[in-house]
Amino acid sequence: MMARITAGVASSHVPLLGVASDFNKDRDEYFGPIFAGYDWTREWEKAEKPDVIILVYNDHASAFDMKIIPTFAIGCGERYKSADEGWGPRAVPDVEGHPDLAWHIAQSLVLDEFDMTIINEMDVDHGLTVPLSMMFGKPDAWPCKVVPLAVNVVTYPPPSGNRCWALGEAIKKAVESFPEDLNVQIWGTGGMSHQLQGPRAGLINKEWDNMFLDGLVGESDHLRRIPHIEYLRETGSEGIEMVMWLVMRGALGKKTRALHRHYHVTCSNTAIGHMVLRPDNGEGLDMTGSDTVTAIAAE
Amino acid sequence: MMTEDPKHQDIHEYLAEFEDIPGTRVYTAARARKGYHMNQFAMSLMKDENRTRFKADERAYMDEWPLTEDQKLALLARDYNRCLDLGGNVYFLSKLFSTDGIPFAEAVSTMTGMSFPEYREMMMNGGRSPEGQRSIREKR
Repeated sequence: MMARITAGVASSHVPLLGVASDFNKDRDEYFGPIFAGYDWTREWEKAEKPDVIILVYNDHASAFDMKIIPTFAIGCGERYKSADEGWGPRAVPDVEGHPDLAWHIAQSLVLDEFDMTIINEMDVDHGLTVPLSMMFGKPDAWPCKVVPLAVNVVTYPPPSGNRCWALGEAIKKAVESFPEDLNVQIWGTGGMSHQLQGPRAGLINKEWDNMFLDGLVGESDHLRRIPHIEYLRETGSEGIEMVMWLVMRGALGKKTRALHRHYHVTCSNTAIGHMVLRPDNGEGLDMTGSDTVTAIAAE
Repeated sequence: MMTEDPKHQDIHEYLAEFEDIPGTRVYTAARARKGYHMNQFAMSLMKDENRTRFKADERAYMDEWPLTEDQKLALLARDYNRCLDLGGNVYFLSKLFSTDGIPFAEAVSTMTGMSFPEYREMMMNGGRSPEGQRSIREKR
């Protein structure tokens, strides 16, 4: 049996959520409503038991500085430590890689004309560890392996939404040709609307964010054609991170359905968005009956 | 929603549009070149020993870097909008925020002309509306 992508998860990766989790503030008045929107997903992940997460994120001047700026980079290492972002590293477990799968994907992507940068050693910052905390809570060890996939969304131009979507399509193809029975999820992280710089800082656009969430569900692929300038105008200078969600969406095939959706304004400077998607192309991926549970929970 | 074909995007038009966004400095290649040493200087503050040396004498520490006088003055004054104009990027400048021991959001608020309590209040109430903030030219 071959590996397969069984689900896609989208989530913001605001650093403050990591702080809230690490210092047990995740159920207080401020953070409670944000974390409550992930409760469903944590239960669902326990039932799904993914073997590997392909985690699409961006580094925030932690592992990469301005010396080298890879547009798309894939982590092929054995293990990654939590980065010191100026306040000491987060007290979270090390992230275990899956070098065999990662190298397989890297090779397949290069043959598919995605010229990837390969990373064998790096630390991973909040962009990667905050989503793990949101989906898995505070375990002694993360319950699955992770293939980090870093996207440049800091120095312009970042890759287009269309290119990100196409990368997702190529990742799906690569995973499905890996000859091992692996349950693989793909996560797209960052966003939603936020601007961290200049006099316009603090911009939030609920309406646009929800339009984007709507667009991830079903058969339409119109999101891949949104130009950068629209993200910038509508969602703030850092809203561009949402192109990383399109890598996830592209890897789910033609059609998806939503299992779970959560939106919260605001966490610090940022609108929180979270979604769980199932590929819906006749794959029959509801292995545990959790999709039905979802439908009930969503009502 | 705009649906331009990115395959036909002209780099000059692409960059020109960024200048039409109110109150925003997009981190373009031009800014990245101008601010290269400023951002690498900020990156050096990831190391504790460098933070200690910087705090002991900010001016002397910055003199070790090929920064312009304008960049040094902007950094000394913690004038972050000026730092952005001189090629700084907020993720790199945030190393200075944490060296100063101030929350990211507080440093962000200094760029808005609001006090930190005012900024926090705005964020608690749903953030800054995009109305009138999308385009200088089109006034929308």
